[in-house]
This record gives sequence, C-alpha cells and structure tokens, in this order.
Amino acid sequence: MEKELWKGNEAIAEAAIRAGCKYFFGYPITPQTEVPEYLSLHLPEIGGCFLQAESEVAAINMVYGAGGCGVRVMTSSSSPGISLKQEGITYLCGSEVPCVIINVMRGGPGLGTIQPAQGDYYQATRGGGNGDYRTPVLAPANVQEAADFVRMAFDIADIYRNPVMVLADGMIGQMMEAVEWHDIEKRELPAKPWATTGTQGKREHNVINSLYIQPEPCAEHNEKLEKKYKLIEEKETRYEEIDAEGCEVLFTAYGTTSRVCRAAMKLLADEGIKAGLFRPITVWPFPYAQLKKAAAQNSVKAVVVAELSLGQMIDDVKIALEGSKPISFIGKAGGLVPTPREVADAAKKAIGR
Amino acid sequence: MAIVYQKSKGLTDKELHYCPGCTHGIVHKLVAETLEELGIIGTTIGVAPVGCSVFAYDYFSCDMHGAAHGRAPAVATGIKRVSPPGTTVFTYQGDGDLAAIGTAEIVQAAMRGEKITVIFINNAIYGMTGGQMAPTTLIGQKTTTSPLGRTKEHAGMPIKMCELLSTLDGCVYAERVCVTDIPNLNKAKKAIRKAFELQQQNAGLTFVEVLAACPTNWGKPPIKAVEWLKENMIPYYPLGVYKDSAEVK
Amino acid sequence: MTNDIIISGFGGQGVMAIGKTLTEAGMKEGKEVSWLPSYGPEMRGGTANCSVVLSDELIVSPIVLEPSELIAMNLPSLIKFEPTVKKGGTIFVNSSVVDQKVTRTDVRAVYVDCIKIAEELGNSKVANMVMLGAYIEAMKNLSTDTIKEMLVHMFTGPKAKLVDLNIEALKRGAACVK
Repeated sequence: MEKELWKGNEAIAEAAIRAGCKYFFGYPITPQTEVPEYLSLHLPEIGGCFLQAESEVAAINMVYGAGGCGVRVMTSSSSPGISLKQEGITYLCGSEVPCVIINVMRGGPGLGTIQPAQGDYYQATRGGGNGDYRTPVLAPANVQEAADFVRMAFDIADIYRNPVMVLADGMIGQMMEAVEWHDIEKRELPAKPWATTGTQGKREHNVINSLYIQPEPCAEHNEKLEKKYKLIEEKETRYEEIDAEGCEVLFTAYGTTSRVCRAAMKLLADEGIKAGLFRPITVWPFPYAQLKKAAAQNSVKAVVVAELSLGQMIDDVKIALEGSKPISFIGKAGGLVPTPREVADAAKKAIGR
Repeated sequence: MAIVYQKSKGLTDKELHYCPGCTHGIVHKLVAETLEELGIIGTTIGVAPVGCSVFAYDYFSCDMHGAAHGRAPAVATGIKRVSPPGTTVFTYQGDGDLAAIGTAEIVQAAMRGEKITVIFINNAIYGMTGGQMAPTTLIGQKTTTSPLGRTKEHAGMPIKMCELLSTLDGCVYAERVCVTDIPNLNKAKKAIRKAFELQQQNAGLTFVEVLAACPTNWGKPPIKAVEWLKENMIPYYPLGVYKDSAEVK
Repeated sequence: MTNDIIISGFGGQGVMAIGKTLTEAGMKEGKEVSWLPSYGPEMRGGTANCSVVLSDELIVSPIVLEPSELIAMNLPSLIKFEPTVKKGGTIFVNSSVVDQKVTRTDVRAVYVDCIKIAEELGNSKVANMVMLGAYIEAMKNLSTDTIKEMLVHMFTGPKAKLVDLNIEALKRGAACVK
C-alpha cells in the first residue's frame, strides 16, 4: 500500500471522513485548527456539514444534537477548549450518545501554552464533567495511529453508545509522517433504534435525555452505565510492549512521551542497560493487569513513568503495581518535552546506576 | 356521541407537572396542536430546556432531546443540520435558559439563520429553582435573589429578547404574545403556526416570545397573576410583531 | 543512516516547504520520515523552523535536538542552532542574507547565495529550491530524480513551466557545493 505524507491534524480529519463521519462542529484553537480547516473544505464535498460554532460549549452541544439523530459526528479541540466541552461530554455520556472527541493537548493550566503537553490526563481518564461516567480514551503515538484510532473510535462509540476520545498532543497534531490508509479491523455495529429520526407516526417517540429525576431510576441508569463501562474495560483495553521481556527498567509512557522513552532506551542500551517500554494505548480503560504482569518479571528493578505532565498517569501505574515494584517519575509540563538523555538518566538513577 | 374536543395528538398521555395557573400547559397545547394541524408530528424533533419545562420531552409526542441549560439552540442546530430536509426542529425555552445562560447560543443561532423555531417563555423569574431573579425580572420586582426588588443600578434593565433578536438578519420572524385571554390565546396560536410554517419554507430562525404567568413564584393566586402580567409586564414588553421579513407562501 | 535536519529562517522564506519536500522525497525513496514544525506566534513573521528526520530505521522521536545538518536561511537561525549541530555535521548558510561565517571548525560549512541565484533565474521564489539543490548535492542522501518527479506531479497545467525553473534552481544550488 502506498504511503502518503500527512500532517497529524489533517490525518485525523481525513480519518473521520473515511470512517463515514459527515458532520463536524468545532471552534478554532491551536494546535488543532487544521482539523476544522480540513473538514470545512472536504465535508461539503461529500454532502456533509461543517459548522464553526460560537464556542466549544455550543460545538459539543451541536454534537449532542447530531449524535442523538444517529449520525457519526465529531468535534475537536485543544485543552482549554476541551475544558469547555466537559458539560456536553457528561450529557453525551448520560444520554448515551455516541460521538468522537479529539483533544490535541497543549500546556496548561488555564490558557497555558500552545506547545505539546499531556496535562489533560486526569480530565480525560477521570472525566472533567459531573457524575459517574467514563469515556474510552485512545492515545496515539504517531500520525499513523492517529489516523487508525480515529476510525476505531467511531466503531467503539457506536458499539457502546458512548463518546470516545482520541487524546493526542500538539506534536502529533502538527507533525507530518507517512500514513498508509490500510483497512482497520471490521467490527459489527449495532443499529440505532434509539435515534431521533422522527417517529414518522410509526413508533413511540424517542427521547435523548440524561435527566432521571427520581433517585431509583437514576440509580438504575447509573448501574446500567457501570455495567457498560465494565464491559468496555474487559473488551477494549489496549496496550503495547516494546522490548519489555527481561528488561531491567520498564518505562511506562503513552503518546509522544513513549517515543522519547524509546530514544532513551537506545541510549541505555549503549551503556549496557536493558530497558523496555509498556505503552498504554487506551488510557481509559487503563491496562492495569497487563502492566502489573510486565512489571512482575524478576528482571525489572524499577518502573519509570514518563509524562508531559507532572505526575498524573503515575496514579494509574501505582494502582496497577499495588506496591509490587519501585516507581520513579520523570516529566515536564507546560510545553517542554524531556530529552532522551534526561529520561535515560532518570532510569539510571532509579536503578542506582 | 360526537367528539367536540380532545387532547392534541402532539401531546403524550403523561400528566403535566405544572403548577395551577402556570402558562406552560397552554403553550404546550398550542405547540402540539400546531404540529398536528401541519401534519408534522412524525417529522419533528423538539428540544427541551432546563427550567420548569425540563420535562417537556415527556409531554410532546414527537422525538425529543433534553438539552443542557441554555444550549437548546446549539442542540437544535446539530439536529437540524444532520436531519433530512423537511425535518422540523423546535426549542422550548424559558427566560433563565434562553436570556441568561444561553444568550450566546440563541443569538448565534439567530445570526446563522438556523431553520428552527424557538418558543420562548418569559415569566420574569426563575421558576424551577424557586423564584430567583431572571434577566427579564422587572425593575422593582421582588425575587428571592432581589429581595428588595430589582434595581437598574445593581442589575441593569431587563432584557428584551424579541427586540434584540429582530436586529439580526437570520431571525426572520419575531413576535411577542401572551395567553391571558381567548383573543390573545388565538393570536399566540397564529404566531406559533406562522413560526412553524416559515420554518417549513426554510426562511430562517423564527421566534415566538410568550409572556407567561408564574403564580407560585410571584406569590399570587392565578387570576391576580394574570392581572399583574397585564399591568406590569405588557407595558415593558409590548406585544406585537417585531420582525416579519419573510412571507408565508 | 539517519539525517537529523533543522531548517530555520524567516516566515515566508519557504523553510517549511524545504522540510516538506525533503520529507516527502525521503518517504518516496522508502525511508522512515518525520517533519515537525515549530508553531505559534513565530509563524506570523518571526523566525520559524522545522525538524526533519530521514532514517533507514524506525524513527523513535521526531524531535531534533542535535542536528546532523542545519539549513540556516537567516542570521538568527545560524546564531541559535550553530552550537547544537553534531560534530562533523554540515551547516548550510543562505549567504544572501547571512553576512557571518560559521565559527565552528568541527563542522562543514556550505554557503549558498540563494536569493542572488534565484534572481538570476528570474524568480526569487525559488531561493529555497536553490538551497535544497545544495543540500542534496552535499549530502547525497536523496536522489534529485525523486525531487524532479515530485515537481512534475506538483506543477501541472499552466504551472507546468515552473518544473524546469525549479530543476534549474536545484542544479544551480548543487553547483555551490565544493
């Protein structure tokens, strides 16, 4: 298959079109703006609709309306804009409306910086909106994965009637790499009898809604959602291990940071230290059991967590390891990326070398 | 026996939860009748707000969405933009929802000329949360958050949505009505029908503001509430057509 | 074999385009490639740069901290990145606007009078292609035929006459390498 050179953001947008998404509602914000730009040109060509909303709040609510009608729909933003979307995301989850949300993360808090960061990990994996809800979160580490994961995200969203987030960062959004538009795994997708397509006088009215004013039905609704989240944990947890077998140091990192770890692994190899990488691909559901198993090898002396934030994913690593192995941390926030040397040195320190 | 009157097919059998003397029930009926008369119940999708009419999704028999507070015009935009041609979309919103937290959404939807109909219930107070000051609360009106009465110095003058939206090109029809008596109720029905008809012609955003009574939170029996509305609200919020830039074909 | 390249200059000098052309050519020749731009306010008139990695093996990180080659299209770029270049690396200087010489003695310096040559060719816009020609001649990591094929693909219809102009620009740039 022919390789094509794609900018991350544009690959994300093109992947949405290839997934059959004809509708996009968004608002400009660096470093994701190429997503709406690309779709503003190409969605009308396929009879779809691109609409620039007045705010991220409005955009996510447009997604809620559109998704409720049963169509594939997407929005994208970057960190501060994703904060604004939290209201809509909890409604989407509560109403079980499928959609895909792209976060091309930048540095925070507040307006922060436009450079790459991973500071929205808590927000993405714990949810920044109210209530007990979860969104599956796929974290690509390169442009090919960004293109693949967006397409996978639409399927996961439809299968579970739930929003799915693709969590990238400014580097993946802005960089260009080769992409092959190969087929992704074909999954069986359910019909959408719940969608508001007009009763046509043939059925009872459909209601897209998250309000359950009586506590008993609301509790029941929450339990139903919880069962769904458990099923997602069981079926959709994804991760990758690189040179983890027999390693002395096990890096744990996702997205862009996992690439820095791989560069650090090379430096360590030159110094005779065998380092491996455990990379969560879904950061929710987090591959707790798989990480614990990888770290349980006798060879592993330390687990080194690397982030473009100041210790967020490390909480999940602690949950996974249950105190079984020493954990150390290297991270930078605010738009800086640790160098492979810094990461390698952190690993050496962790194992006392 | 001949049936001389029955409930509109645009409504479900769900019992309304509104207080005695509340105007929501009447306006629901007018909207439902209009959908039925135009034969569009099966191709209409409505959007309910947050506020007293939050359960409107249970009352209308067409497909419905519940929206987050103030976001109904954005939700309606999403629905309208992805639905097949001929789909009718309306929002039903109160004054806290539309004229406070959702100001951006309604103004921008009107600017874009979204082909939706907005039914706006203005009762000059927050009903559901128990009678707080709304952006439409009148000067001097006492509420639980303006216990000494609203003042211009502190809270500004009440917002006039019909007047505001009628300045926007995309809003093709804006009329303020009330339902305090039969002649006014008939006028309101006509306005609502026209709003939906213009939507069917893809004319732009159509807006009907209904001055409504809230006996419970105004602290008045229903009849007194209607009198108060006539004496106080209508002078500040004059009834009439504010925008009529498209003809019904 | 891996080339870690930084291309830097004023906005509007075509630094992003040089990077993209190198990246695409590398991809077409079967290399692993990545292109990473600086982005943000500097795009609006200040100094912009991009990092390009061309490699025979999997690229672990697209971030270039120690370039094997630097293409400095303006003086601020030379000042900023000269110290970061790997020992034994190559610095390409746009001598039309940079009036300073490379001070380091452990790197190779190639001076290219990009704008003057482009103007001699009758189109100042091809200054970046002159620089690209010099780069490919000096590094010999890519084939000019690949670039030529890309040009034919890029300029079609009424723009087809630009193909020869760009090829000439590549040649003139190559001639600057001694």
